[in-house]
Amino acid sequence: MKTRNAIKLLFFSIGMMVVFSSSIVALAQSGSPPTITDDQVNAIAKELYCPVCENVPLDVCGTQACEQWRELIRQKLAEGWSSVQIKQYFVDQYGYRVLATPPARGFNWLIYVIPPLSILAGGFILYRALRSWKTSQMVNKHQGDNSLLNKKDDYLTRIEEELKQR
Amino acid sequence: MENRKSESHTSFSKKKTIWGRIFVWGALIIFLILLALGLLRTQKGPVGVGDKTPNFTLTTFDGEQISLSSLKGKVVLINFWASWCTPCEQEAAELEMAWQSYQGSGKVIFLGVDYVDTEPEAQAYLQKYNISYPNGPDLGTRISQAFRIRGVPETYILDQNGIIQFVQIGPFRSSSQIQSVIDSFLQP
Repeated sequence: MKTRNAIKLLFFSIGMMVVFSSSIVALAQSGSPPTITDDQVNAIAKELYCPVCENVPLDVCGTQACEQWRELIRQKLAEGWSSVQIKQYFVDQYGYRVLATPPARGFNWLIYVIPPLSILAGGFILYRALRSWKTSQMVNKHQGDNSLLNKKDDYLTRIEEELKQR
Repeated sequence: MENRKSESHTSFSKKKTIWGRIFVWGALIIFLILLALGLLRTQKGPVGVGDKTPNFTLTTFDGEQISLSSLKGKVVLINFWASWCTPCEQEAAELEMAWQSYQGSGKVIFLGVDYVDTEPEAQAYLQKYNISYPNGPDLGTRISQAFRIRGVPETYILDQNGIIQFVQIGPFRSSSQIQSVIDSFLQP
């Protein structure tokens, strides 16, 4: 009888432990906010620039303002915001200047259009310059050959004339 | 016939070259003008004493909208600050003390413009120093760009006509310093 009771007690306590531990896990899953890693924060932060620290991306900026911004990103991620939503929030708060890649709108188009156009124009100018340089070289060479031929012709005619005279 | 053809071909290619040159030079001139305008804007420096202030609307943390143009006839103190700015903390209590002395008069208004800040920290800062005059974030950094501020704290005091009469770069030392400046504009 004693053994039976002991076994019952053992099963009961195991059962209680299982119920208790599973309820703790469930509580932990529902209660605590999701852990946001530094990498997740920095993935967004590296695409942002704080106006206070010009030319320093947010992920490597060490000022207090930047720390606050990174903390804000962490909070927004924990609230379930997407990367696009967070960046839009920063744009709304601080303007487009915070973005590492400005949107191709208005005068911003110039940033995307001018460099490739300049490279194309430079290539074209170089091509034209090389072609004109090559052509002028060929013309010079041709002229040089002609003058040599003319010189030779003069020489030949003089020989012929002298031969005729004899 | 052949000559005519070659002549027309030559004049066409000449025209093409001329238009090409006009296009390239035009684009270059436009680019240089834009560059010059940009440089001119950045080289202008901050607004100073005697300048008319650009109009702006501040949306306070409480959601109230305050337009600068609606404050004509009052002496306006505009203070740029941020919660991460240590020197701002030095003058926060002094500003509040000065504000307390003018609050009931209706002749003076203080506006706090929170520059490049995060709202929870900004709210905590306002609470910490019991700041009661209207404060709001500089959304899109439009106000600070209009004033071309160099940093924080910076304070601009405007007379009743909206003309800047005093600029303080860095923190005020005391509330009496703030009051002495404002009082000089209140005297008839």
